[in-house]
Amino acid sequence: MILVAVGTQFPFDRLVETVDRWAATCGTNVVGQIGPSTYKPAHIKAHNFLPPKEFESLLKQADLVIAHCGMGSILSALSLGKPIIVMPRSASKGEHRNDHQFATAQRLSRQPGVTVAWDEAEMSRCLERISALQDSSSFSPIPPKAPRELTDRLRTFLWEGRR
Amino acid sequence: MGRRSRHRILAVASAGGHWVQLARLSEAFEDSDTLYVTTVAGQTAPTGDRAVAKISDGSRNEPLRLLAAGLQLGLLMLRFRPHAVITTGAAPGYVALRLGKLLGCRTVWLDSIANAEELSMSARLAHRYADLWLTQWENLSGKTPGLDYWGQVL
Repeated sequence: MILVAVGTQFPFDRLVETVDRWAATCGTNVVGQIGPSTYKPAHIKAHNFLPPKEFESLLKQADLVIAHCGMGSILSALSLGKPIIVMPRSASKGEHRNDHQFATAQRLSRQPGVTVAWDEAEMSRCLERISALQDSSSFSPIPPKAPRELTDRLRTFLWEGRR
Repeated sequence: MGRRSRHRILAVASAGGHWVQLARLSEAFEDSDTLYVTTVAGQTAPTGDRAVAKISDGSRNEPLRLLAAGLQLGLLMLRFRPHAVITTGAAPGYVALRLGKLLGCRTVWLDSIANAEELSMSARLAHRYADLWLTQWENLSGKTPGLDYWGQVL
């Protein structure tokens, strides 16, 4: 199963439509949380919003995740060892408040398990070679928690105000 | 869970990436009495036995919803009386820090790892109200006075 995740805040029709066209022919079960996207997918089992527990359970079942370039999607996928294809949202197309997803994409393009598709054309090309990208044995899941070094320091500050 | 700790922490994050990052910090809250706050219902607390509180999700584009979030946060905080407030953003987290400062709390802003090239608007506004003002990008810390870097949640 492939899980599509574009958050819940803004529409992302470019991604949803590209994946939907591919889903028509791919023969794989594609499920998605598409938020307020206006495009109505015919081949994705799409929900505008999935409650956190349902989303988590779909994520566990997924073989691969296709998402906007949001840290929530990326961290959630990688901590479960799921490969993820991400496409950044563009503010000029009304897909977000600003273009920070391009910066995220740039920084994470070398992260094992993450494939960046900069636009729809590249997303289509990624989808054509999805079986190669789906190989989760090529990387290890990231740890489930932040490094102890950071959380210990934060704990000390929260309790004692010491830096 | 055993007896609740006497040190109370309010941990606030909008749904999505902000929440996922806050949850990754949960080892910092393990021995505190922590009240988690987010903007969708049905989230599970990463530590402790308190239910996650749900508030409205406003932004600078939706000031009325942000005001609603502020009122909800105010009520929660008057009841819970936190010693410290920590947030990973976004706009409701900024409101939580302001209220926290009013109530004499220690306050921490940890900016989202998504902001790799510039701070978010909420992060910049939060500076005045944050006792500890953190980015997850060393390059940003270097060029912004007062902004510290203690590592990433990744």
